[in-house]
Amino acid sequence: MLSIHDLEVRIADQERPILKGLDLEVGAGEVHAIMGPNGSGKSTLGYVLAGRDGYQVTRGSVRFRGRDLLAMDVETRAREGLFLAFQYPVEIPGLSNLEFLKAAVDAVREYRGEPPLDSAALLRRAREACAALRLDPGFLKRGVNEGFSGGEKKRNEILQMMLLEPRLCILDEIDSGLDIDALQVVADGVNALRSPDRSFVLITHYQRLLEYVRPDRVHVLSGGRIVRSGGAELALELEERGYGWLEEEVA
Amino acid sequence: MSKESIAGLVRREYAAGFVTPIESDTLPPGLNEEVIRTISQRKEEPDWLLAWRLEAYRAWLKMEEPHWAHLRYEPIDYQALSYYSAPKSLAKRPKSLDEVDPELLRTYEKLGIPLHEQAALAGVAVDAVFDSVSVATSFREKLAEAGVIFCSISEAVREYPELVRRYLGSVVPPRDNFFAALNSAVFSDGSFVYVPKGVRCPMELSTYFRINESRTGQFERTLIVADEGSYVSYLEGCTAPMRDEHQLHAAVVELVALPGAQIKYSTVQNWYPGDEEGRGGIYNFVTKRGLVHDHARISWTQVETGSAITWKYPSCVLKGEGSVGEFYSVALTNHCQQADTGTKMIHLGRGSRSTIISKGISAGRSSNTYRGKVHIAATAAGARNYTQCDSLLIGDRCGAHTFPYIESRNASAVVEHEASTSKVSDDQLFLCRSRGIDTEKAVSMIVNGFCREVFRQLPMEFAVEAGKLLEVSLEGAVG
Repeated sequence: MLSIHDLEVRIADQERPILKGLDLEVGAGEVHAIMGPNGSGKSTLGYVLAGRDGYQVTRGSVRFRGRDLLAMDVETRAREGLFLAFQYPVEIPGLSNLEFLKAAVDAVREYRGEPPLDSAALLRRAREACAALRLDPGFLKRGVNEGFSGGEKKRNEILQMMLLEPRLCILDEIDSGLDIDALQVVADGVNALRSPDRSFVLITHYQRLLEYVRPDRVHVLSGGRIVRSGGAELALELEERGYGWLEEEVA
Repeated sequence: MSKESIAGLVRREYAAGFVTPIESDTLPPGLNEEVIRTISQRKEEPDWLLAWRLEAYRAWLKMEEPHWAHLRYEPIDYQALSYYSAPKSLAKRPKSLDEVDPELLRTYEKLGIPLHEQAALAGVAVDAVFDSVSVATSFREKLAEAGVIFCSISEAVREYPELVRRYLGSVVPPRDNFFAALNSAVFSDGSFVYVPKGVRCPMELSTYFRINESRTGQFERTLIVADEGSYVSYLEGCTAPMRDEHQLHAAVVELVALPGAQIKYSTVQNWYPGDEEGRGGIYNFVTKRGLVHDHARISWTQVETGSAITWKYPSCVLKGEGSVGEFYSVALTNHCQQADTGTKMIHLGRGSRSTIISKGISAGRSSNTYRGKVHIAATAAGARNYTQCDSLLIGDRCGAHTFPYIESRNASAVVEHEASTSKVSDDQLFLCRSRGIDTEKAVSMIVNGFCREVFRQLPMEFAVEAGKLLEVSLEGAVG
């Protein structure tokens, strides 16, 4: 699904790279967690994969479903099935959530050679997703993230993910700022989408999320590299011991 | 949005830019009393109206073109313009649409304004003005059943002289300002509406203005009178061919809302804006004002996307007790367009209320200015105003300016003003693109969202139209 090799990335006009030769293989249907201390490059990884401006890839390659991901523009990556759930979703005042969802779903369907979903069908699916995420259907009429609480914003990301049916979901700190109930709802949403042909990369600081969404692999990102990989039990070890010992080991 | 991506400003399509090949009777360029006499004569006007025109002309000669607006343009040579142009085929005043030159009807069809009633937009009556004259007015019989008069102002002068004489210039006097004086001297055509007491006009009324001829100015005059307790919703639209020269459009619109009446006046202005280098485009200098009597209401809604220069301040004189004035505006400028637009709310009556919602969008190298005045007279106890001015910038070479003037002479009045300036942010665009939506569509969605409050005020059919128009006008705003 996703194959990252020796990836070096810097923020445009900065000397020091943020990612320094990162390798990662995510197979179809797998759930990988990327953990690490603040400033280790976790969010940068998500942005680079989604194609955000301002990051410069100076070395390495990324293949997504066998194709060169870095050669694609942002829209194409999304239409090919890559989805990034944002840590801090931005507001678009006045643009209704439903209208936004329709434009996104239609764009992806058009790319796949499918006809646009008629409004009634889209509304039905959006309402179902709202129900699953315990969101009031009135939520669809509100401006995109406009005046949403932190938890609503995060759930809105999952709502978009549910409707777009991506092949690779990268969730950037989807658990931050969520209380236990909201975390459960979000995790249920993620778990419902797990399937043999869909992969997940969960970027998180804490082990907490992984109690709800069980990962196949856990990786520790530190100083711009994966410094340790293991099974779900690695997350528990990190929870107990923190990240310090790993950083020392690497140094 | 990176700087590089903004740089590629491409050409935008102006779909209404074609010229209709039609034989016209056009006066030679120049303005003097003889020209005014000729216009009046061609229109078979009564003596009082000629005298009124001449008086306006003499006043105009002594006035100076105003330059306080935040606008820069080449001086206008008033002697180089032609002040009257009419398709020859209309000289004999066709009695019905069947007698109208098919070329003219095709022109309006091409613009999406079919004049044949069976093809027309359901529930909308249209008066079509081509250069200086009205081509046709649809659904007149149906309106007549309700007692509503809807015709060209020239016809109204002939058929309803007492109404026209009573109200013409009563809201915007000939000496009001330079452009209003010029309009009063040379106005050619426009629409007239009268809604009798207690009548709710059964359909939307609409006038579609089209400038076709080269080197002519368009000086239309619209007068709408809503008698006590009546209601009317009126919409004007306008387009012009693409030409390299600048063309002058100086209109006057007067609204009278008698006690308890309500007038909703919507404008979708899409005059040719000029090319990306600022060549050509309409100079739009317009005076629009409504007089609002006791417990009456006037709402101005405008979507301004066209013209090289826009100078326009639809206003309300809130004379009556409990009168209400509203102004909802979206003004979009792209490339080299300049707009200086806003409103005046003059509160005279006790408990009068006004709302101003202005949304300015600037892209390209354009300049977009909101200029508004809220005046609370000593007589306007308990008056209220709420103003909200939002500016949205696309790219980093455009400008947005806000000039609010607030004068309150009554301590019991409450005036609120909110303003904001924002940019279509990289984060917003990235969110849309990362969901598969391309940049152009994303910008148009973000801008439409920004304008939502104003679009909600437009009649349904036109709200959709306005959204589409915005999309077209923004083409090339981001590369």
